[in-house]
Order: sequence, then C-alpha cells, then structure tokens
Amino acid sequence: MRPFPALFFQSVTSRLVSLSAVDLAIIALYFIAVIGIGFYLKRYTKTGEDFFLAGREMTAWVAGLSFVAANLGALEMMGWAAAAYQYGILAAHWYWIGAIPAMLFLGLVMMPFYYISKTHSVPGYLKLRFGQSSGALAAICFGFMTVLMSGINMYSMALVMKVVLGWDIHFSIWASSLTVGVYVVLGGLLSAIFNEVLQFVLIWLGSLLISIIGLVEAGGWTGVMARIHHNFPAQNYTSLWSTLGSFSDNPMGIHWVGIVFGLGWVISFGYWTTDFLVVQRVLAAKDLRSAKMAPIIGAGFKMLVPFIVILPGLLGLALLPEHLVGEDQAVATGGHSFNEVLPLMLARYCGPGLLGLGITALMAGFMSGMAGNVSAFATVWTYDIYRPFFRKQASDAHYVSVGRWCTILGVLVSIGTAYFVMQFHSIMDYVQALFSFFIAPLFGTVLLGMLWSRATPAGGFWGLLSGTATAIGLWAWVKISPSALQYVALSPKAKDMAENMYRALWSWLVCVLVTVVVSYMTRPKPVEELTGLVYGHTTLPSEGDLRFYQRPIFWAGLIAVGLVILNIIFW
Amino acid sequence: MHRPGMLSIWFFIGVLLLIYGILILGSGLYGLTHPPAVVLNDLHAGIWWGLLLIVMGAFYTFRFAPWRKN
Repeated sequence: MRPFPALFFQSVTSRLVSLSAVDLAIIALYFIAVIGIGFYLKRYTKTGEDFFLAGREMTAWVAGLSFVAANLGALEMMGWAAAAYQYGILAAHWYWIGAIPAMLFLGLVMMPFYYISKTHSVPGYLKLRFGQSSGALAAICFGFMTVLMSGINMYSMALVMKVVLGWDIHFSIWASSLTVGVYVVLGGLLSAIFNEVLQFVLIWLGSLLISIIGLVEAGGWTGVMARIHHNFPAQNYTSLWSTLGSFSDNPMGIHWVGIVFGLGWVISFGYWTTDFLVVQRVLAAKDLRSAKMAPIIGAGFKMLVPFIVILPGLLGLALLPEHLVGEDQAVATGGHSFNEVLPLMLARYCGPGLLGLGITALMAGFMSGMAGNVSAFATVWTYDIYRPFFRKQASDAHYVSVGRWCTILGVLVSIGTAYFVMQFHSIMDYVQALFSFFIAPLFGTVLLGMLWSRATPAGGFWGLLSGTATAIGLWAWVKISPSALQYVALSPKAKDMAENMYRALWSWLVCVLVTVVVSYMTRPKPVEELTGLVYGHTTLPSEGDLRFYQRPIFWAGLIAVGLVILNIIFW
Repeated sequence: MHRPGMLSIWFFIGVLLLIYGILILGSGLYGLTHPPAVVLNDLHAGIWWGLLLIVMGAFYTFRFAPWRKN
C-alpha cells in the first residue's frame, strides 16, 4: 500500500555500493534456492487445488508470514524508509493504525465467510454472493491492475538495482521476472507461499542489522530523538499524534481526522480485506481456525515492520552527515535523494557478506511481491474469467495448465508494462491512482455482501460500478481543474494525501448508498442461496471447546493492546 | 504442510541460513585483518551476525531434517 508516488531515481550518476565476491555468492545462492524450491515442489502440484490454493493445507504461521511477505515488497521497504526520512515517524501510521485494525477485522469477521464459502478468490466470492456480473467486473479490474502494478514495481526495482549496484536495467528486469516466473509456473501458489516464508526470513535478517547498529551509533532511542531535534530544529519529526491537530504543524501537512477515518478506515480496510493478492494467502489455510489466526499472526509481524523500515529512515535523519533532498534537487545538485536512504544506511554499516545479505533482502522483497501479483492474476484469470466465459466444463488438469500459461502471460505482460513505463514515466501515477479507484468501493460491496442478507445481486453490481465510477470521476475532476480539490477534500488547505483519502471515502459511501437503495428496489436472493455466504445464514463453528489461548479473539486482543501501547509510547 | 515425503519449508530455510552464516562469518573474520570501510567496524558485526545465522540455520536444519521424521 503506497499512497506516495512510486520511487523515481533520476540521479543515476554513480552507484552507491560495490559488491565483493562473497556478496555475489550470497545473491547467487538465493536465486538457486528459490528456483530449486520451484523444481522440488512441481511434483506436489498436480491438482487445481494444489496450484491455485496450495492444497489448502497451510498452517496459520505459514499463511500468516506469507500474508505479510506478499505485501512487504522491496519498493515498499525503500519507499517507506524514504517517507520516514521525509516526514518523520508519521510514516509509521501506515503500519499501525493504517493496517492492524483492518487485519484483525479480516481475521475475526470476514475470514469465516471467505473460508466457509470455499471460494478461491475475492471475485469468486462476489460471484457466489452477487452473481456473475459483479464477479466478472471485479475479476477484470483486478486482473489488469495486478499485472500493471507488477510491471511498474519491476521497472522501479530495476532502477533501484541500477542506482545501488550499477546493474543493467534490462538484465535486472529479465533475470528477476524470469526467476519468479519459473518458480510460480512450476509450483503455483504452493511454491509462491513456500518462497514467501523464505523471503520473509531473509528480509528480516538482511535489514535488522541496520537498525541495531544504527541504534548503537546514535546512543539508543533517546539519542536518535536528540540528534534529530539537533539536526532539524524547525520541524517535529518524532511525534506520532501530538502534531496532528492542525495541517500546518507537521511535516506531512495532514490532520488527525484524515489519518483516523481516511487511512484507518476506508483505505486500510479496503486494501487489507479485499485485495486478493493478500487474501489469497489466507484462503490457503488448512482449516477455519488457521484462516482466522493467519491475519492475526500477520498483524503481529506487521506491527514490528516499522523497526526495519521506518527506523532506518529516522536513523538517516539522525546520523547521515549530509541532508538528503527531493529527487529533483538531487538531480540538480548531484546529491542523494530521500529515496536512497535505505541503501545508504546499508552501505554505511554492512561490510562484505552482510552487504550481500542486505541486497538479497531487497530482492527477496521484490520477488515476493511479484510472485504475489502473478499467482493472484493466474487464479483470477483462470477461475473467474476463463472458466465462466470460455470453457465452463473442462478437466481439472486443463485448468491447471491454463493457470500455468496465465502465469507466463502475467510475467510477460508485466515485462511489457515495465518497458512501457520506461518510455512514458507519467503512466506510473495514473496506474497507481487506478488501483486506488477500485479498492474502496470493492470493500463496500464485500462488506455489505457478508453482513447484510438483504443486499441483492443488482444492488451489489450497481453499487460496485457506481462507486468505481465516482472514484474515477472525482479523480478526473481534480485532474482537469485542480481547484476542485477544496470541494473533494472539504478544505482549501488540503494536499494530495487528503485527496486520496477523501476520494476513497466518497466512492465507498456512494457504493454503500447505491447498493442499499437498489437492493430495496429489487427482489432479495432466496435465503437458501445465502447459506455459507452471509452473516446470519452461515453456521460458524463454535470455539467454546478451545482454551482461551487457542482462540483467535484472544490473540487479536493482545495485538490490539500492543497497538495502543505503541501509539501512546510514540505519541 | 505435511505431505508424505515432502520436506519442510523450514529445512530449506535452515540450510540456506547455515551456508549464509558460514560465508558471512568467514568474511567477518577476514575483515579482522582487512577492515572494510564501514562505520562502527570495531563492533565486528559480520562475525556476530554470521554466528547468529549459523546457530539459527543449524537449529532449523536439524530440527526439520528429513531423516528425523522417518
């Protein structure tokens, strides 16, 4: 989830680090390991259930780690480290209030319906609940957006490799995407999840050291705070909430209402509960309790990610002798930009060997994100578009082979997008905006579908369509006449960030409103067709026989308490 | 994931971490005589981190080794 524009690296003057033989050996071993796992798992990937749902036999831990890893891309890491340098600790909101409540809600409230309905995807759930048209609308939008995003990430990653290591852009694009392609084609979701757990471990071990040595150098957390205040006396970079009372008091130019309702409610719930890329990992859980626990375990780790992503950015504020600047200024002066803060810190502390591990962590992050994209694309394309519209009745083996071809297609389209973006940079912002158009109304449709049995197929479809149209309309309005922003965001002082949040909020409200009105005007679905799909018509297994520490609600409560404590500590 | 004969994911992770640990410890020791140009080099992070990876890697490799299950 990146509300900031994708990273731009224009200052390609000289590379930041140079690798030694042992670093290259570590990177090469990583590539061998992920491809080896793909070949090893091919023999266990025979049925559609294996390929698209990893056999539905993941433990809560594996599904939970993979859930976080699929989201923790390399650009996510570098982008948020950069945001932490630029905006200070406020960036942590995207990991705490902007993620944890939604993940807990997914686990406790929504997962039972996804899981019990036996769907293989989020569009698949919409099809069961609201019928073919809603499912197809969601599937087509999701499919296209996913490969486009994947291509954009690929291009940005190749640029990172060029800036950091001096590698050729074409080499980076082809080597990394073909590696991902090979292991996903061979082992499907099983292999993607297997590798994501490996990548998760490497991401932590590769980047944790920056924070540890950085804290030693700065003299602990109090040292970090004191140095930041000394280096940047004019701005407050170290408060999470106390500066959010007014737009002008904090580096981000944002108000707490926007953070709580825009980010904490619509944007984060939309992303974490309906983006199939992350939900797919949880659908692979072995039973309902594991499916409920997986997002909760994921939330626990997500809460700790700022330690390896936000903290390095803050350490950069505290310790780097030069002040990093925006990309344009960096190009003009030949200095370093915010975007380079994570590799700069890596190069500051990590000698041969450790440097290779750190670079491997970045690559692992990139690959886990891309594998998530292509495996989700293959599933949605095969089950939600190919099966209903092209070949309704075919053998399981046929769909598995279609899934494999779709994976190859997804990788090739991603590569094509990467080259397209290389030619037309501005396309990047458009696609990122497009992705956000779709997620907020989708959340409205899925939520009403799960919790309100009166919602009808027509209501679901028109709600989703009108919500999406509203988001596109508002975006186009501000694009054509920028002064419209004050009406969209309800304040003349609002900035881009506020626009995103309010656009999501309006499109969600329109979706909910239209769904409710159209539902009351159309005939409800017969009750027997709602069994297993909607609250009130679904038998949820009792957890009464479980000990308290085996119940998902207990762990969700613990994590919620942890979240509150963290927010108070860094208030 | 418990399919008959299928290796545990943690076994793969263990083996990779073990090899990484040895490589990083090795370059850390080499760094004693040929210090790399990094801040706080006197902490010898490579040696400690290499040892940590070896311990973790060895634990997972042997705990989830295929010959233990059968």
